Amino acid sequence: MVIEHKWKKWVFFYIPMVVFILFTLFPFYWMAITAIRPDGELYRTWRQASATPFWTLEPTLEHFKGLLQTTAFPQWLWNTMLIAIVSTIISLICGMFAGYALARLKFRGSEFLGTAIFVTYLVPQTLLFIPLADIIRGMQIGNTPWALMLTYPTILIPFCTWLLMGYFKTIPRELEECARIDGATRFGAMVRIIFPVAVPGILSAGIFAFTLSWNEFIYALVFMASAEQKTVPVGVVSELIRGDIFFWGQLMAGALLGSVPVALVYSFFVEYYVTGLSGSVKG
Amino acid sequence: MATVTIRDLEKRYENGFHAVKGVSLEIRDKEFVVLVGPSGCGKTTTLRMVAGLEEVTAGKILIGNQVVNDLPPKDRNIAMVFQNYALYPHKTVFSNMAFGLQMRGYASAEIDKRVKEAAEILGIEALLERKPRQLSGGQRQRVAVGRAIVRHPQLFLFDEPLSNLDAKLRVQMRVELKRLHEQLETTAVYVTHDQVEAMTLGDRVVVMKDGWVQQVGEPLELYGRPANKFVAGFMGSPGMNFVDVSISESQAALWVEAKGLRVKVPPEAAARLRQHGGSRFTLGVRPEAMRVANAADTRASLADYSFNLEADVVEPLGNEILLNFRIGDVPMVARLDPGVRIKMHDQVSLALDSERLHFFDIETEAAL
Repeated sequence: MVIEHKWKKWVFFYIPMVVFILFTLFPFYWMAITAIRPDGELYRTWRQASATPFWTLEPTLEHFKGLLQTTAFPQWLWNTMLIAIVSTIISLICGMFAGYALARLKFRGSEFLGTAIFVTYLVPQTLLFIPLADIIRGMQIGNTPWALMLTYPTILIPFCTWLLMGYFKTIPRELEECARIDGATRFGAMVRIIFPVAVPGILSAGIFAFTLSWNEFIYALVFMASAEQKTVPVGVVSELIRGDIFFWGQLMAGALLGSVPVALVYSFFVEYYVTGLSGSVKG
Repeated sequence: MATVTIRDLEKRYENGFHAVKGVSLEIRDKEFVVLVGPSGCGKTTTLRMVAGLEEVTAGKILIGNQVVNDLPPKDRNIAMVFQNYALYPHKTVFSNMAFGLQMRGYASAEIDKRVKEAAEILGIEALLERKPRQLSGGQRQRVAVGRAIVRHPQLFLFDEPLSNLDAKLRVQMRVELKRLHEQLETTAVYVTHDQVEAMTLGDRVVVMKDGWVQQVGEPLELYGRPANKFVAGFMGSPGMNFVDVSISESQAALWVEAKGLRVKVPPEAAARLRQHGGSRFTLGVRPEAMRVANAADTRASLADYSFNLEADVVEPLGNEILLNFRIGDVPMVARLDPGVRIKMHDQVSLALDSERLHFFDIETEAAL
């Protein structure tokens, strides 16, 4: 590589990089620092001589204690986890088969079907929740986890289908042709060859689906009424903002705990995730 | 071990493209048949129909006396080697080779034995635990071939298996494939666009163009007696030279005439041309059917077959010299002895080998 002037690398690479990282990470830092800041520090004015807005001298776990003891937070966490995992599994299974069919099978109207699935993804949830609420009521599953486990796939399946369709298309056709000559049926070739090869794509679709359902707000807000059925995003916002009083410490503690599982999932699968979105398969 | 019979095979795609037009072929047991032609000639489509990867529009395919038109690929007892190798990237070399046997429910001891056996034949025993991405192009090619031979299929199909290798490796693998075929004695159908591969590998070669079979024959037969102008031009490198000529009669013989060229038609060819009638033909001359007309060579007939030209680009290749020149506006190439000293713009006199002149109908392009 040609070595350029050092200052160029600083100006065009390091400095913008540092600015960007600070910009994206600051809210997380703010969340974390607020969660461990005692109330006395939280509610004093910044102009006070002893104010330390960017750090705290007396970190405390009182907000976490309060969150876990006075609210149904553990229950929310469990609800969210259960709903996110089940709806991710449902969406992945449907998305894998639908994506494979759209990528590989030639049938009349396959292109139209692909576009139609994509269009459903574009319909905003803020419109969809009204008819969905009616359906949920008709099925009498309102205020149960099933209300969300079955409605989340309406957004997740189109998403998984499209992501996986794109991934399956990068897998050389010859791989499954060879498997079929080797003695597999079309279905066998799909399950034994294509799916294992597509693991990075399937994982990234899964991570995305998991994150989307973990963070989902509107459906969870509308379909879940009782406090113990709520998910983390809805529970934290509805139970810790009472009237015009914000319990900032507990809010941020809840946000911090709620983002840990997602962060863990990402950090474990980050390599797959990157190749899943950008990579292709070589035969 | 099996014969393959293809009868009036047709392939028409949904978009209307007519890829294969009435191909009929009789492949004998243990024969190595090569389908060759330019891209889009239908050779790969034909192979894929034999494999069962494409549906047959019309016609019949028989493998070992059984009509296989509606048989899925897995039930045809064939093995195929693909151009991009198509190794399963998530499996080791061993599992790649074992997959076909596992799918057919072989006992693991038998699988082990067969994979080891094939690996030994191909010299890849040391690679069995590797993943495909850790292999070089030539090694992957060997694994792909190994995966085909472990199953002891009745028919091998090769779809341009050497195209992704570099030139040197290609020559080496070509020899290995031929040796392997001698060793295994299994019927094989091989698709390539490379006429050298076709000539060296094939017991018989099928030349295709635009979905039609142009000629079927042994390599030297195709080279020596091409059925038409396309086959004549396709086989051989550099290809055969073609000049449109008119024929006139004088001194009780026929004479070929074109701008800058006047040579005698050899007697046996003259008879055929007379019988065919007409006065305009295409003359075909292989580059090696020309030599420098030596002043010392005083044979009387020599003058009848020689002509003068101005040398264009001269390409010395070591074992031969390629001399480019023109007859009228038609570019020609002659393959000459490396001892000849010729420079660009030299005046040269070349003699045609009267035994090796080809004549083609100017309209139908069929050989006469």
